[in-house]
Amino acid sequence: MDIPRHTAAAPSSRRSFLRDNPSVMWFMGCLGLFSLIVTILSEGMGIGLISTNLVKVLGMTLCLCLIAIAMDVVWGYCGILSLGHFAFFGLGGYAIGMWLMYARTEIVIRDSLGRGTIPPTELEVSEAVAAQIFGVVGSSELPMIWSFAGSLTFQLGMVVLVPGLLALVFGWLAFRSRVTGVYLSILTQAMTLALSLYLFQNDTGLRGNNGLSGLQNVPGFLSTPQAIISIWFFWASAFALGAGYLLFAWLVSGKFGSVIRAIRDNEARVRFLGYNVEGYKLFVFTVTAIVSGIAGALYYPQAGIINPAEIAPIASIYLAVWVAIGGRGRLYGAVIGAASVSLLSSWLTGGGAPNIDLGFYRVVWTDWWLVLLGLGFVLVTLFFPKGIGGLFDYLVRKQ
Amino acid sequence: MLRLPRFVTLVACLMICAMLRPAPLAAQADTPLQDVLQAVQPLVASPSRATVPQVLAALLDADAPGTVDFLRAWAEREVHERPDDGLFFYARDGADRNLILIDIDTGEVAGDVSSRDVNQIRPNAGVRREINAALVSFELLNPNPDRRMAALAAIARSPDADQIPALESALAAEEEARIALRMERLLDLLNARFATDSATRVDAIEGLRGDISTEARRALNQILQTRADFAPDIPEDTNVARIRTPGEDMDLIAAYATLSDAGLVPPRQGRNAIRDALRLNAVSGEVGGIPVHRLDTDEMRRTAYRALQDAGTVPPLVTQADMEARVAEYIFFDAYLEPDAAVTDAARDALDSTRTAISLWQFLGISLDALSLASIFFLAAIGLAITFGVMRVINMAHGEFIMMGAYTGYVVQTVIPNLTTSLVVAFPLAFAVTFGAGVAMERLVIRHLYTRPLETLLATFGISIALQQLAKNIFGTQARPLTSPDWLAGAIQVNDVVSVASIRVAIFAMALAFLLLLLFILNRTRLGLEVRAVTQNPGMAASMGINPDRINMLTFGLGSGIAGVAGVAIGLVAQVTSEMGANYIVQSFMTVVVGGVGSVFGTLAGATLIGALQKGIEWFNPANTLAAQTYMVLFIILFIQFRPKGIVALKGRAAGD
Amino acid sequence: MTKKHMLSTVAATALLATPALADCPIQVGVLHSLSGSMAISETTLRDVMLMLIDEQNKKGGVLGCELEAVVVDPASDWPLFAELTRQLLTVNEVDVIFGAWTSVSRKALLPVLEELNGLFFYPVQYEGQESSRNVFYTGAAPNQQAIPAVDYFLEELGVESFALLGTDYVYPRTTNAILESYLLSKGIAAEDIFVNYTPFGHSDWSTIVGDVIGLGAGGKQVGVISTINGDANIGFYTELAAQGVSADDIPVVAFSVGEEELSGLDTSRLVGHLAAWNYFMSADTPANEEFIAAWHEFIGDTNRVTNDPMEAHYIGFNMWVQAVEAAGTTDVDAVREAMWGQEFPNLTGGMAVMNVNHHLSKPVLIGEIRADGQFDIISQTEEVPGEAWSPFLEESATLVSDWSELGCGMFDTATETCVQLTSNY
Repeated sequence: MDIPRHTAAAPSSRRSFLRDNPSVMWFMGCLGLFSLIVTILSEGMGIGLISTNLVKVLGMTLCLCLIAIAMDVVWGYCGILSLGHFAFFGLGGYAIGMWLMYARTEIVIRDSLGRGTIPPTELEVSEAVAAQIFGVVGSSELPMIWSFAGSLTFQLGMVVLVPGLLALVFGWLAFRSRVTGVYLSILTQAMTLALSLYLFQNDTGLRGNNGLSGLQNVPGFLSTPQAIISIWFFWASAFALGAGYLLFAWLVSGKFGSVIRAIRDNEARVRFLGYNVEGYKLFVFTVTAIVSGIAGALYYPQAGIINPAEIAPIASIYLAVWVAIGGRGRLYGAVIGAASVSLLSSWLTGGGAPNIDLGFYRVVWTDWWLVLLGLGFVLVTLFFPKGIGGLFDYLVRKQ
Repeated sequence: MLRLPRFVTLVACLMICAMLRPAPLAAQADTPLQDVLQAVQPLVASPSRATVPQVLAALLDADAPGTVDFLRAWAEREVHERPDDGLFFYARDGADRNLILIDIDTGEVAGDVSSRDVNQIRPNAGVRREINAALVSFELLNPNPDRRMAALAAIARSPDADQIPALESALAAEEEARIALRMERLLDLLNARFATDSATRVDAIEGLRGDISTEARRALNQILQTRADFAPDIPEDTNVARIRTPGEDMDLIAAYATLSDAGLVPPRQGRNAIRDALRLNAVSGEVGGIPVHRLDTDEMRRTAYRALQDAGTVPPLVTQADMEARVAEYIFFDAYLEPDAAVTDAARDALDSTRTAISLWQFLGISLDALSLASIFFLAAIGLAITFGVMRVINMAHGEFIMMGAYTGYVVQTVIPNLTTSLVVAFPLAFAVTFGAGVAMERLVIRHLYTRPLETLLATFGISIALQQLAKNIFGTQARPLTSPDWLAGAIQVNDVVSVASIRVAIFAMALAFLLLLLFILNRTRLGLEVRAVTQNPGMAASMGINPDRINMLTFGLGSGIAGVAGVAIGLVAQVTSEMGANYIVQSFMTVVVGGVGSVFGTLAGATLIGALQKGIEWFNPANTLAAQTYMVLFIILFIQFRPKGIVALKGRAAGD
Repeated sequence: MTKKHMLSTVAATALLATPALADCPIQVGVLHSLSGSMAISETTLRDVMLMLIDEQNKKGGVLGCELEAVVVDPASDWPLFAELTRQLLTVNEVDVIFGAWTSVSRKALLPVLEELNGLFFYPVQYEGQESSRNVFYTGAAPNQQAIPAVDYFLEELGVESFALLGTDYVYPRTTNAILESYLLSKGIAAEDIFVNYTPFGHSDWSTIVGDVIGLGAGGKQVGVISTINGDANIGFYTELAAQGVSADDIPVVAFSVGEEELSGLDTSRLVGHLAAWNYFMSADTPANEEFIAAWHEFIGDTNRVTNDPMEAHYIGFNMWVQAVEAAGTTDVDAVREAMWGQEFPNLTGGMAVMNVNHHLSKPVLIGEIRADGQFDIISQTEEVPGEAWSPFLEESATLVSDWSELGCGMFDTATETCVQLTSNY
């Protein structure tokens, strides 16, 4: 697909990397400009043309773009159609969500108990926090996995470690026994299903179907208006997307990129050439899982709530759909796909689009959007395997 | 004359009877039943299980004509109250949602009123049970055998000592063998619990030895009911079931709490009690000389409490040693409510004798459930076994074909009201519809993607999403039921422990039939031969005069058609929703992959394994069905790691890659 | 989305400049899922709201203003509930919102509601353990549905052995926790309480129904308390009927099964099983007859049923209208205070009263399923005040809610402090 012309002499310095990949410069420029415009127009910091709600939606979209480029690397470049990356996304969200919930509740509890005559013991505090968090699901005990939920550092570590370790163990098992192609896809889907079923149980200790909520209130900034917080998260998301894009663009442009593309195109041949195919695949799978986890950790504080339905296998399928529509094997394609489809989707299902009256039938977008998406997706796979990104190739070639 | 079912209410009854005597004499001749009822008017108008014995006592005591009919009508909710004067009437439907009132004594029409002007009296199930039990002695002699059986069912539901003589005399007069047998059996159960002399009871209990029926075990367990108690020494006439040792098979704190609840020992101060005591005694920022702000550990709080204790402001702290010492002064035990040890020993013995048999039957029951689940998985997956297993085409819309078949069945049922006919029509129609859909999909989409399996997976996802939403748009999101005809609605009752719903047996038979049919098609027909040829080497097959396009189309159609038929079957046990396919798709792929791709027997093995596994895990953790599903998926993931080719791995050339 | 948002924000800013004139028409937000898994239940509630608003406008509106419904579709997507609540309150500037069904959606929108000080009416029976400053709960709390139903089991049916079957989510978990502790307090032994949770849409009921039948061998009258939600009920009741479980032997009382859920199900084999609600369509009163007639006329289909959450909206909306008229403004804080003590007649007779804990006093009805899919009302209590915090759970035993005197929804009577002013979500 878009293999750089000088693959043999892989660029080593940062300057030549950027020169070889003009699209990275373009992307960074666009992202920076976009962030600036949103900030200026926002309610919290600018002239108020963009509502806080929209800032949040845009921030969340940036996170979705981040997981989309991760998906693009693992699928478009390395050929592993993973139907499990949204599970890693969700795990990142859960990890940060635990801290957000615990710390916020702890502040409230300490404040309330501290007003009594006698100061509370640590045990009383943690019991009261547990009753607050788990009273909702008919329990009052803090499960084991919440032992360190009060520590931001620990939970931030979990954002990286939990998806990373899960991907490492799962990937090692799967790649070691040479599960490839559609089997691997189905296996990753089974993993996602198992994880979401597991999280749906209340016994898991993550509030089951209810999930974690009120995540938009950041402990320590409880009195800061959401208008401001939304901008902070927007910046963080934009920064993460930029950094992720740089990382992946650099990763796929060098020799490493050539090897994983070769694995995608003919795994057996690469193995015969003496490369440790499993190692490469495992590395890509794990790194993209970690990036997905980080994207999730930024996404859910903006969404405000995370629950197991977010992790259901269908979410990961949508992720594949975005990337396919945007164009596999090019990072900007993934960004375009994720941004356009998810924004279009929320516009059409959010009741924003006017319904069309055909006289004999009224087209209600909320009802027909998924039908269109599904069929459109079939058309893209059949006739435009390169997706929207393919249009750029076409234009460039024309010049 | 019937005896009262509850003697507890005898006193109440006597009082009511006393009230009844001075009832207006003038009216008594015409309306004896109404008068009796008026004496207990509120209790008849709003009956409750606690008060109904009083009404029954009053009615049966007065023995007015028509009492039995009234009781029956009362239980059947045919009695109405006129709120103006509180009189009771029977009623039948009149014109305009009106009711025609009928006098309960004379049976004459007493007026035509709106349903809103009278209150229908609706005795609840508990009250009706009492009424039916009271009617037993009349019903047992009823000429209609069904009524006699119903009366026996009433006895089984609320057994009572007073029913023994009535049952004995009814048994003597009974002519139908089936009913007599049932009477003898109930008599045994009643004797085991209520007979007055120990020998009769032990005899009756011996008769229940090895009996695994629910009612026998229920009777035995009722004899064996216990109460928890404690005493310094076990009283003489106590029939002890078991002695508990605090700290071992009884929580020490709970044992102490029992004593303190009885007021025998001072209550133990928990953490909260200590905190509250400290708060009450905080004086100018200090408790017992310790500044309040330092009381944020349990240790400091106890120190402060001891300081208060020394000052005499609070009762002394109950320590572990105190608790142990005080608890040791008493014996904690469970005692049978039944004082006769011979009876309880016999009952325990009889109950123990059923243990092994029941475990075995339960195991059989679980196995049958597993088999039923496996046959559903098999049905859902077998279409996939053809498209994926034989043709290697990943069809993620397979679940939607199942859904399409189920909705076809639903539509047929709305058009054809006769359930049996509609099923007969639905199966072939569902096959036809999904066969057509499968062929269309193969022609339009899959054909172009045979060389790109991952893209097939994606494209069929797209179709799956679109079909699901389309179903929502057409049929709405509410689950639609597929109703099975009456002859399939019941259950096959092996005994009281094991029973299988008939519909599940039918589905099992159907799965079996499909297995045989498919084996026949693939191994014994021209089509099967051609399918296998095209699968192994399309180019060579084409040069032998086989049209691979046609064969692919037909095979895909066959797989989809079977999915449609499976949809109708699944709809009969579960519910028809637009998402039902999505619920089965991942499991179906698992079934095929675990069993071994490319083999129908493999799918069978996969379905059996998954069904057995799920039921097995449920057996160990019956409280959480979701956990069973999670562990099952995890197990499958691991299983595939170690046996990637599945249970039935193809060997040689047929194995393909 | 961008364009629309910008435009509406511009419009909103323009309106802000002239607040005095911007009061008419009064905007009423309706936040019910019109697509996704909850659409089937919630679409009906949207229609009821439109009907009520329409009727009120025919009566001349409120405070001389027309009412205008702002309907949005959160699509059964919980984060979207939070997003759309923010949109309704900041962009559309509604004065009140009626909406939500599932607890998780309510928990999702609570933080936004409390942050922006909105006014919300929640119409569905729920698990309690909550009393938000900004929410009025017009559905039943556990003590208005679950506890009376259990009392009925204990007293009228003589049940001694309980099977608590539920779908694995918030409402059944909390309700069962409350019921377990209530049953223990009533002297039912722990081993006589069997609890089972199944996933949403569960269809394989044979083993569980078999287990319940097996409980009967224990020598005690068995009763089933079902908090099974939605679609799964079809499989459950089909299996009950198939295995011949009659209501006389093992009665089942359901808290999530009403007229809507039974419509389309063959109920002839389920006759006698029970449900507990605050309203049944079969209630024979003039007010209910009028309501049903209005509903049939509005929806244009005489086969449509009415149910408990519809009555909750009916009461909630009318109380809000009364409160606005009493306060003389739609200002949230003024209306909130005017809501306390508001009375409105129930459709089943008697008077519903809004208490200072933001829960209603309503009668509890128990009905037996009839062959035609309706319920025979066999028990109706006096009005029971809703309890925000269950006294049967240790962690909430000392909590009370009183927004009028104490100004706190979560007041600990043991420590005499207000635990928090916002809610736990």
